[in-house]
Amino acid sequence: MITFDQVTVHYDDASRPALREVDLTVEEGELCLVVGHTGVGKSTLLGAVNGLVPHFTGGTLYGRVIVDGRDTAHHPPRELADVVGVVGQDPIDGFVTDTVEEELAYTLEQLAVPAPTMRKRVEETLDLLGLADLRHRALHELSGGQQQRVAIGSVLTAHPRVLVLDEPTSALDPTAAEEVLAAVTRLVHDLGVTVLMAEHRLERVVQYADRVIHLPGGGQVVSGLPADILRTSSIAPPIVELGRAADWSPLPLSIRDARRAATGLRTRLTGRTPLPARSGPAPEGPALLTARGVTVSYQGVPAVRGVDLALRGGEVTALMGRNGSGKSSLLWALQGSGPRRAGSVTVDTGAGSTSDPHAVSASDARRMVGLVPQTPADLLYLESVRQELDQADSESGRGGTAVPTVGLGDSARAILDRLAPGIDDSTHPRDLSEGQKLALVLAVQLSAAPRVLLLDEPTRGLDYRAKNQLIGMVDALAAEGRAVVISTHDVEFVARAADRVVVMAEGDIVADGPTTEVIVASPAFAPQTAKILAPLPYLTVEQVVSGLDHPSGTGAGA
Amino acid sequence: MTAVRRAAVEATPSPSRQAPDGDGRRLPRALHPLAWWIWALALATAVSRTANPLLLFLVLAVLGYVVTARRTEAPWARGFQYYLYMALTVVTIRVVFRAVFATGITPRDHFLFSLPHIPTPDWYAGIRIGGPVSLEAILSAATDGLRLACMLCCIGAANTLANPKRALRVLPGALYELGVAVTVAISVAPQLVQSVQRVSRARRLRAGRNRGFAALRGIVVPVLEDALERSLRLAAAMDSRGYGRAGTATRRSRRLTGALMLLGMCGLCAGAYGLLDATAPRVLGLPAMTAGAVLCVTGLRVGGRRVTRTTYRPDPWKLPEWAVAGSGVLSAVLLFTGLGYDAAELNPSIYPLTWPSLPLVPTAAILLAGAAGFLSPPPTAPTAPRPAQRRTQKADVT
Repeated sequence: MITFDQVTVHYDDASRPALREVDLTVEEGELCLVVGHTGVGKSTLLGAVNGLVPHFTGGTLYGRVIVDGRDTAHHPPRELADVVGVVGQDPIDGFVTDTVEEELAYTLEQLAVPAPTMRKRVEETLDLLGLADLRHRALHELSGGQQQRVAIGSVLTAHPRVLVLDEPTSALDPTAAEEVLAAVTRLVHDLGVTVLMAEHRLERVVQYADRVIHLPGGGQVVSGLPADILRTSSIAPPIVELGRAADWSPLPLSIRDARRAATGLRTRLTGRTPLPARSGPAPEGPALLTARGVTVSYQGVPAVRGVDLALRGGEVTALMGRNGSGKSSLLWALQGSGPRRAGSVTVDTGAGSTSDPHAVSASDARRMVGLVPQTPADLLYLESVRQELDQADSESGRGGTAVPTVGLGDSARAILDRLAPGIDDSTHPRDLSEGQKLALVLAVQLSAAPRVLLLDEPTRGLDYRAKNQLIGMVDALAAEGRAVVISTHDVEFVARAADRVVVMAEGDIVADGPTTEVIVASPAFAPQTAKILAPLPYLTVEQVVSGLDHPSGTGAGA
Repeated sequence: MTAVRRAAVEATPSPSRQAPDGDGRRLPRALHPLAWWIWALALATAVSRTANPLLLFLVLAVLGYVVTARRTEAPWARGFQYYLYMALTVVTIRVVFRAVFATGITPRDHFLFSLPHIPTPDWYAGIRIGGPVSLEAILSAATDGLRLACMLCCIGAANTLANPKRALRVLPGALYELGVAVTVAISVAPQLVQSVQRVSRARRLRAGRNRGFAALRGIVVPVLEDALERSLRLAAAMDSRGYGRAGTATRRSRRLTGALMLLGMCGLCAGAYGLLDATAPRVLGLPAMTAGAVLCVTGLRVGGRRVTRTTYRPDPWKLPEWAVAGSGVLSAVLLFTGLGYDAAELNPSIYPLTWPSLPLVPTAAILLAGAAGFLSPPPTAPTAPRPAQRRTQKADVT
């Protein structure tokens, strides 16, 4: 169905090719997962399938890409629209019309499909993806999962033989992601569509894949069966890491298979108390931030209802809950920049005095509570990293030449070097990877030395490596005695990074407690390790590994 | 055939989609937007012929009836009242100007009131400010304003009744790109507003300056970068979905299209001017209009030949469309030909002041246009978003 024959892609401004001599064949009806770190050429590979690379992106493609017998060298993307359907990361960006039904018909109109056929296909697609109730709705009113299903449907009406999905679930909460993945697997099984999908959150999709295409870096591509490739690949979901650690063969990819393989492991681990997922002393002492009865409403619709929350220094709190449950509104209200209808927020400003960040000026509020918004790039507007850092220093009331003090109160540059070493001064902020951008914004916010730091969905779009870096940064911040709150959907991340979990629903806090208790309490949203080893209270692979390495360490009988 | 099936499908989803119209015989559906536009423009043309306040008020009443009977709940359909406000403003401005810049008063005029006279310098002698104001002057200004207001309301009615997006889809193939550009712009504007709000909110987090060039830059740069990236992604998406497929236009045919369209537009403008202004030379009216229309149609045909595209659910043109467009055109024709009544009755005399009469044929003609209110099928009920979902979306997008 798709054949790459000695394909090398070289962008004009790059020193090395993005793909180098790639040979690849994808058979009809396969669900292929493309895995690799950010920036190894996943998007280039996917773009080459329908000719967006190089027709749209520029650069030079050597070799041949043949899709359903058509060479992309002679067929620009628009001429391949009936064979390849492409769905991007953020569905709303690809919408041309504004209602569901018209969007589904758009590709067909372009392909000059006769009107009766068009009607029939749109009706079928509406049913296939469960969109019939939404047909007359405006696209921007839909939820993220619904939008992504419309985006898939809108390319599906043309009956493409190949579906290319570039991180289709990265902008979605777990429920919406399930919705979309269920739709995709149904297409593969019912219609025999060939699917090529890139995804960072492997734990969500790896069990559905027929084949994994791994991009280890340097433009290389390795493809094979999921169990074979993942045994050695540089990135792997927790289930695979556990399988590697326990030396299971064949490598299980679904929770069901893993649980069956884990019987022996569970017996070995029974009776031992696992090390805590996060090392370090339990945070104690007075609360740095105390919120009482915080209420936020937009045009009379309550988003946060009378929330009480206390944050202590050295503690990492994860804020979870589905989209629209009030997480962002709460964070903005705690920072003081967002609206707050009722309640109080007091922040310990040191020396026994407290203050309300909403009542003081923006620059004072910033010294008390730092917030990194969902789109960190919103804060960046200068031409280089150096300028951004200098600007941050002057905004924080410190000249760029001042001698940096140790610990709290470093210059932005010193903080950035500690969080993410090796970011060049002259780089344009837009050219940084998502993880580096996050580090830069963190450094900008930390230059004001706030003792409370709030991060709004920082894990969105990060790969495993960037998440590990983020965990490192968060650990360092907590070790400095700051209180950190991270809102996220990623339960694997929470298991490894957070001491405490707060779950919100409909603007209320529905659960608040230590990570182990809260996330193991609901099996559906537990991390993979917990699901596999339940009822044992293990959350992360590291815990299991240390448990196996030191059988007598903190064991029950020791 | 297609149309029948379409109507059936439109009606099926749920009983609540039935408009509260009462007549169960006709299935609710949207009238072809072009039919509403023809009807409204014809009525506006008819209005241009008369200065009889009674007839003008009758036109307003007819417009009000049709709009109330056949508008939907869509956002664009809620705008008729603003056209009414605008009409009122037009009349007021005309009357006020006429009173302030007085043109003097003759002994036979009815004296109404007098404004203090402001002497103007010699070099400004042509215009008098203040002075006595006659009833005749006010009335003539008011009727003039009313006529303009009526024409404005006709356009407003068309905008209210016809779905502007469906109207864009009626555009001939050669203008398809224009339609797409407008649709994309309409959907991008709210996103841009959202992105400005998001960035300016984020600005507070850095405690950046809120005024001056630096603040502007802090907002404009991220928003523009965002918009640029977004439009690149949109372009890529449109490309991969087959937009602009197999265009076979040569440079020559494109130039020919351009030239024909330009000439045609000039002809149409001249024609419209000739038709609407009763004092313009005869040759500027219908002949110029026809020539312009022919040129435009040829241009669109030539341009449309290169387009290979089909339309999803094209609006049908059936009996109700003929009836609505016909009723409008017929009333315009009746007012233009002056058959069966004295043409002077359309423009009752102000000097001397007389009570306007209500000539039979024009009245009937305008009432005939009002028949569009029940000749057209009832509109489909809207699919209103539920507030809960809207809120979820808000949190979702940011």
